[in-house]
Amino acid sequence: MITFTLNGQVLRFEGDPEMPLLWYLRDVQGLTGTKFGCGEALCGACTVHADGAPIRSCQTTLGDLSGVAVTTIEGLSPDGMHPVQVAWRELNVAQCGYCQAGQIMSAAALLKDTSHPSDAAIDDAMSGNICRCATYPRIRAAIKRAAGEVQRKTASGGSAK
Amino acid sequence: MDGITNLSRRAVLMGLGAGTFVLAGGLADGLGPVARAEDTPKKYGGDAMPGGVKDDPRLFVAVAPDGTLTILCHRAEMGQGVRTSWAMVIADEMDADWAKVKVDQAPGDEARYGNQNTDGSRSMRHHFQALRRIGAAARQMLVQAAAAQWGVPAAEVAADHHSLVHAASGRRLGYGEVAAAAAALPVPARETLVFKDPAKFRYIGRGDVGLVDGFDITTGRATYGIDVRRDNMLYAVVARPPVHGGKLSHYNVDEALQVPGVLKVVVLNTAPLPSGFLPKGGLAVVAENTWAALKGREKLKITWEDGPNASYDSAAYRAELEAAARAPGQVVRTVGDVDAALKTAAKHVTAEYYIPHLAQAPMEPPAAAAQVTGDKCEIWGSTQAPQTTRETVAKVLSIPAENVTVHQTLVGGGFGRKSKPDYIAEAALLSRAMDGRPVKLTFTRTDDLHHGFLHTVSVERLEGGLDAKGKPVAWLHRTVAPSIGATFTAGVKHEGASELGMGAVNTPWIVPNLRVENPEAESHTRIGWFRSVSNIPHAFAVQSFVAELAEAAGRDPKDFLLELIGPARQINPADMSDSWNYNEDPVAYAYDTGRLRGVVERAAKEAGWGKPLPKSQGRGIAAHRSFASYAAAVVQVAVDAQGKLTIPRVDIAFDCGPVINPDRVRAQLEGAVTQGVSLATLGEISFKAGQVQQNNFDTYEVTRIDAAPKDIRVHLMPAAKYDAPLGGVGEPGVPPIAPALLNAIHAATGKRIRSLPIRDQLRA
Ligand code: FES
Ligand code: FES
Repeated sequence: MITFTLNGQVLRFEGDPEMPLLWYLRDVQGLTGTKFGCGEALCGACTVHADGAPIRSCQTTLGDLSGVAVTTIEGLSPDGMHPVQVAWRELNVAQCGYCQAGQIMSAAALLKDTSHPSDAAIDDAMSGNICRCATYPRIRAAIKRAAGEVQRKTASGGSAK
Repeated sequence: MDGITNLSRRAVLMGLGAGTFVLAGGLADGLGPVARAEDTPKKYGGDAMPGGVKDDPRLFVAVAPDGTLTILCHRAEMGQGVRTSWAMVIADEMDADWAKVKVDQAPGDEARYGNQNTDGSRSMRHHFQALRRIGAAARQMLVQAAAAQWGVPAAEVAADHHSLVHAASGRRLGYGEVAAAAAALPVPARETLVFKDPAKFRYIGRGDVGLVDGFDITTGRATYGIDVRRDNMLYAVVARPPVHGGKLSHYNVDEALQVPGVLKVVVLNTAPLPSGFLPKGGLAVVAENTWAALKGREKLKITWEDGPNASYDSAAYRAELEAAARAPGQVVRTVGDVDAALKTAAKHVTAEYYIPHLAQAPMEPPAAAAQVTGDKCEIWGSTQAPQTTRETVAKVLSIPAENVTVHQTLVGGGFGRKSKPDYIAEAALLSRAMDGRPVKLTFTRTDDLHHGFLHTVSVERLEGGLDAKGKPVAWLHRTVAPSIGATFTAGVKHEGASELGMGAVNTPWIVPNLRVENPEAESHTRIGWFRSVSNIPHAFAVQSFVAELAEAAGRDPKDFLLELIGPARQINPADMSDSWNYNEDPVAYAYDTGRLRGVVERAAKEAGWGKPLPKSQGRGIAAHRSFASYAAAVVQVAVDAQGKLTIPRVDIAFDCGPVINPDRVRAQLEGAVTQGVSLATLGEISFKAGQVQQNNFDTYEVTRIDAAPKDIRVHLMPAAKYDAPLGGVGEPGVPPIAPALLNAIHAATGKRIRSLPIRDQLRA
């Protein structure tokens, strides 16, 4: 039996420890915000946080998760007001939007450790996340906009739209 | 389910209850894709599309008593922002408050809503005026209802930001308060509609409106086809024949059935070639979750019978295309005497360009869920083409198309791939095989690359003649590429009118002798639409060659390009042997060389064309008209001593006529620039022994943030009047990018790359 937390909730899993977290999230838990894009750690669409660090859930098995706190896009903030999410909306980053949950999770992890990332640091942290619509300039701009906010943790109000 | 609620569930509509109001000309009347009446005038644009354009506000607009305005969008949202832009137009003409707007997605129903095919950069081009009519009609109905309630003439009542105002008496009513009365009124006749003064637009052309799906997307709530969940649903993947046209020979499924969670292996029939939109057949593994299905598929033992395309080999095929390009082929346009002019030219320049197959590779691979109940089928899926989906599903299930309901989800990238509903037909077949349980079918990335409808592969050969003064006197272009037509019709070996009309025949050059030929090319795989389609190879070759001719003439490439374009004039595309013109009226949508000049001059000016650059840097320029819009790009590159390419800046000037949502136009162009860079630097699908050689993003590479141009500057040409014809937006940004990039590399290094992708051709 594997015990871990998912978006703050303690879970016990008794199935095949080889099951990738991605498919567990999507098919078993119904948390479809975490996306499938390649299944081989090549695209970043499936990025979630394990104890705060970005990981590719397609390459992480449930057996790897004993005692780990997993956060998905659904659990990033209770109200969708994480500074990265806000910046993403303010700059209308998304096109099709499919990659954006993974981008946001990678960006949120980056900003937790690096308050004002350089372009090179952004390239490093984000080049594992493909956006086929190529929203890269706005991803970069949104990370810069959100920088600082994350560390200040100003989970302030405001309209969601 | 988020994102795919249906208008018919709304309690109070401004119009008639959805589901009761069907316009004349339903599916049962046999409304086919081809207009039959020969004696009616030729239709263009949206009117020529199957299902046409509908502008009845009762189909698209609902106002609830609390004032909530629900707008139904019947086009697929795949990143172009159509759900936002669509609602902006109606809301603006209604003088509605954006904060009260909600957007719902229409199910697939062409007879009811008009054409829903979301491709060809057509949504705004075909529907903008209809959306204005919808909004204006709804506004006028609300005004009339308020006037009747107050007992005053309608002329004394004005709409004002979700309220109706009678200035003389100071009375005011919210839209919600008169919605029911307005709904009972007849829809005003088209001639009585009064559009809003564009100076008063709050949303159209302003672009400070947030994406209607922005919150759902940033919180993981947005639903794509791959995210659909239904009660009791099963999950499936398919092992398909690795060679196009191949089929199952023998197989053993015992081990697959041992995998925990696997419920069944289903044989899917292979459609005979040409198979069009039909699935490829193979063995499907149906399981309790996707992972079990994938594991089960790995355990299948299959021997395939490869069929007629078993020897398809990209290297050999390229040689075939080159041989074809070096011999005369079917003449598709001719002016003057090219052969004589080439013979007497002071300089004769020849160049051959190659661009391989490409895969659209949308980030969401093809995926859909289906449930078959008796002779009915429900689909929840990510599709650009709900009507084609209905027809294809109906065909494979042998049920009427009206019995197929398509619930449209968000599309996680389309780029043309999701105009083909093969994957949705598979889901439907599997639901039937599972006794009507809902089944979700998912393509893996490998499935997507191996079983796509690929961008064509082509060799473009150009010859040009210059006189002693460096003036162009002859232009010969041979374009050789397997046609999309071959995917649907046996024996097609020539590019169709639409393919040739994407920049092969319709070059507006001031050259006295010009000929375009299209030698034969046989197709060995499924060719389909890829964002910008044949404009990509044609613009790549033509705009590279213009720069090569400029060099031979010792001229500045931008000046030479402008000279080739010549003075501002309106050319009827038919005069360039382009009978197609994106199905737009050849007069209203003439080829306007002034607009092409305009974008060239703007891009050059903004980019600082001619200003000195550091060593090993260079700028290249290219321009192209496609989808009735005009785009020119200046790409600036740096190539270091090791041959590493970086792209510090791209300027793209764009003229699509009236701009509805400037923010989304900019976004589309930003994306187009990097997608153009991606295909030029990395994009290649190749075949060996009939099989695609690339399996995932490690071998089919696409541009990532680190290699994407960091500084993309979009320059929109001043908006024309809002009653001017609209051009497309989604696609026309792509074609000029590859040639501008290659021209820039030439300027920086002296090296001329004619074979894509660039990959490591610059390595020292
Ligand atoms: S799906 Fe995990 S990295 Fe692509
Ligand atoms: S927004 Fe479409 S893939 Fe990133």
